[in-house]
Amino acid sequence: MAMTMTGEVVLPADRSIVWAALNDPEVLKRCIPGCEELQKISETEFQARAKVAVGPVKATFNGRVQLSDIDPPNGYTIAGEGQGGVAGFAKGGAKVRLEEVEAGTRMTYDVEATVGGKLAQLGGRLINGTAKKYADTFFANFARLVAPTEAGASPENA
Amino acid sequence: MTATGIGAPVRRKEDQRFVTGTGRYVDDLNRPGQAYAYFLRSPHAHAAIRRIDKAAALASPGVLAVLTGEDLAADKIGNLICGWMIHSKDGTPMKAGPHPALAQGKVRYVGDHVAVVIAETLLQAKDAAEAIVVDYEVLPAVVDPAEAQKSQAQVHEVAPDNTVFRWHLGDKAAVDQAFARAKHITKLSLTNNRLVPNAMEPRAAIGEYDPGTDSFTLYTTSQNPHVARLVLSAFIGIAPEHKLRVIAPDVGGGFGSKIFIYAEETVCLWAARKIGRPVKWNAERTEAFLADAHGRDHVTEAEMAVDEDGRILGIRVSTIANLGAYLSTFASSVPTYLYAPLLSGPYDIPAIYCEVDGVYTNTAPVDAYRGAGRPEATFVVERLAEVTARQLGMDPAKFRKKNYIRNFPHQTPVIMTYDVGDYHASLEKALELADYKNFGKRKRESARRGKLRGIGFSSYIEACGIAPSQAVGSLGAGVGLWESAEVRVNPTGSIEVLTGSHSHGQGHETTFAQLVSDRLGVPIENITIVHGDTDKVQFGMGTYGSRSGAVGMSAIAKAIDKVIAKGKKVAAHVLEASEGDIEFKDGKFTVVGTDKSAAFGDIALQAYIAHKFSGQELEPGLKEGAFYDPTNFTFPAGVHICEVEIDPETGMTSIVNWTAVDDFGVVINPMIVEGQVHGGIAQGVGQALHERAVYDASGQLLTASYMDYQMPRAEDFPPFTVGMTVTPCPSNPLGVKGCGEAGAIAAPAAVINAITDALGHEDIAMPATPHAVWRAAQKSQMRMAAE
Repeated sequence: MAMTMTGEVVLPADRSIVWAALNDPEVLKRCIPGCEELQKISETEFQARAKVAVGPVKATFNGRVQLSDIDPPNGYTIAGEGQGGVAGFAKGGAKVRLEEVEAGTRMTYDVEATVGGKLAQLGGRLINGTAKKYADTFFANFARLVAPTEAGASPENA
Repeated sequence: MTATGIGAPVRRKEDQRFVTGTGRYVDDLNRPGQAYAYFLRSPHAHAAIRRIDKAAALASPGVLAVLTGEDLAADKIGNLICGWMIHSKDGTPMKAGPHPALAQGKVRYVGDHVAVVIAETLLQAKDAAEAIVVDYEVLPAVVDPAEAQKSQAQVHEVAPDNTVFRWHLGDKAAVDQAFARAKHITKLSLTNNRLVPNAMEPRAAIGEYDPGTDSFTLYTTSQNPHVARLVLSAFIGIAPEHKLRVIAPDVGGGFGSKIFIYAEETVCLWAARKIGRPVKWNAERTEAFLADAHGRDHVTEAEMAVDEDGRILGIRVSTIANLGAYLSTFASSVPTYLYAPLLSGPYDIPAIYCEVDGVYTNTAPVDAYRGAGRPEATFVVERLAEVTARQLGMDPAKFRKKNYIRNFPHQTPVIMTYDVGDYHASLEKALELADYKNFGKRKRESARRGKLRGIGFSSYIEACGIAPSQAVGSLGAGVGLWESAEVRVNPTGSIEVLTGSHSHGQGHETTFAQLVSDRLGVPIENITIVHGDTDKVQFGMGTYGSRSGAVGMSAIAKAIDKVIAKGKKVAAHVLEASEGDIEFKDGKFTVVGTDKSAAFGDIALQAYIAHKFSGQELEPGLKEGAFYDPTNFTFPAGVHICEVEIDPETGMTSIVNWTAVDDFGVVINPMIVEGQVHGGIAQGVGQALHERAVYDASGQLLTASYMDYQMPRAEDFPPFTVGMTVTPCPSNPLGVKGCGEAGAIAAPAAVINAITDALGHEDIAMPATPHAVWRAAQKSQMRMAAE
């Protein structure tokens, strides 16, 4: 089953800082809910492992994350695909755009995700709610990490 | 009629154990040393399996085996089969793709069986299944039956355009002529929504192997254990028939879904020998949604031609039937010979032509579900009849009366010979019970409260008592559809009846005992009905298609006749009279014209002690068996009238009155029959208002739990008004026709006819959910505003 989400946040940081963070595996790892491992295997590809819980289904997803349409510092497309064993599979992507605004940087995102197997069988109400929560958590984490109040400009030190 | 004889509303003997938790279902059974199976299922609708890595799973705690399709192939275990051959119009046989119990190279629907893990505990098996790594190459999927033949996705190599068969029935030229001279033609596009069977007890199995005797036992939730044994033996090749025992103990509902021979039972049995331990599997509810054979799923274009007097001249139907990813055991018969031959309904229609394309899609297999083909046919005929009457401005009851068959036997243009019936009598009684003449008054009263009231008819016919073996053989069936019975009279006069029918909710332990009690004068508590065990009952074809009364009980009646005949021989010796002078009546053997008599129990004892006759004169004992093969289908028919009230503000449809008048022939137990009618109506209303199995475009099942798949509830129904008319069936010794499916066959059309009557237009599909009805009601109001 497929779902889509869109949203935007204004981050109180320069666009260059936000862009750097978006390309930093350590930052991404700390922002992705349940992410246990995110290893850069090439300039545009990561190997990822994340624990995901949707209602009664808990699973560890193994998969790859790929960056494309890279347009520094305006944005990129991030796409991933993971196998969760008996829980099924998930794949999805987000188009992320960065725009300079008075208060810092406006990040807009356009998410498309597909789940299959047991995850899809849980029903749309549960899946959509959980997916939205995951996206909100990711962007909230990200905003916190890039905010300048958090010990200087380097998110790694936050 | 005695208190427990034919026609008596005897309370069900079996209910005591069912409602007190002392029934014995498969999951209640546990075998010494049993291990547990868990199936890893495909999360993809269509994918090639590149590799399965089971190393980590095998190393998991408690794991005894991890088996895949390769292991099945290595052991030369055969594929699951479809037992009914359908030929296309051009004479070519249907395209049956291979159906292995565990996927070989490819998965074809979400829920398809990829591997089985067998472990000491179920949780260990589930944990290990997490550790199996399957490398899939995801392929394009096709889900919509209407798109299947044009799709790029190819489910089976043998069927390049995903077409299993292009079948037809009837005289196309005669129908074309009828339409050419028609005064009016009604055209409808109809969808018969896909349903999930939802028996209360999910499927379950325990496979067991005894190395000492080299024999297998399968405990399973089956409606036909002997057919399961035959298929598992002769086709799948688990073991020779005499080395395989199949036991179907108490079974909690089937509705068709437990007729079929599935992957899981097959795998449990095969794996039991491999690991040397009994293997148990019990479906979780979501597995039932995913992998039980679904029902219905037709897309149909239908037309009815009528003359200037409102007489039906012909019907033309074109249907695409979704058969899912594999052909289930009887899948091919359901949208063909169980469908098109019913398109005459109860009407005298000179010409009928029906084309059916069966198609593969990446969805669960589709097979028989309560009514099997006949609800689909009735929906077509009764929607056409109702809409035609409306378009002609005729009262729908009058339109039906004008077209009813009056003379019997009646040969339809689509195979069937209806033996007997009185459709007018059913309709008249239904009109009276439904207070049809005051409907207008009730409609106006509803309108004053802002509600839309509608009334809908469904004048159905079904073909039950399945079936004369020779006839179904000529239509492609791989088996005969007779039934067997054995009546064992004990020396003390108590009786065991062994039947090839199988009870999984129908109440056979009561109704079959009523027949025996009625015929032999034995109290009902002295009679036990034995079924569901291939080691006890010699053979049987099981229970489906409302066949247990007309075919199963007829076999018992035949065996009882033989018991009486033998009893007369014994009585002749005991009473010292000639056999010809003995009559049997009211439980006593009497010498005609005298007061010399002996009770049935006394004769039973004499038959066994054998003191009154020599071995040269008579065989001792009192046990007789019979096989009964019917000479025709039976044709239950009736009229259901549904009255609804719709709240146009919310789209809520309330069923306010339901009248059912059915002709089931002779009724054995009116209480049980009424219960069957209630249950059938509830399932039919479920289809009309609530239920729909939904796959998304990629083949994910979105309705895989009761959160998303709505079942009907008690609060959805008013008290039903149930009436009966009786024309005894001439083709079996009991005059019975069958009642198990009638409600599910009649109800969908009655509900939709009522809703469309209330709305004033025909534009609504099943299920008519509140959202759909609300939108349709908006359309009605816009039309009214425009006028």
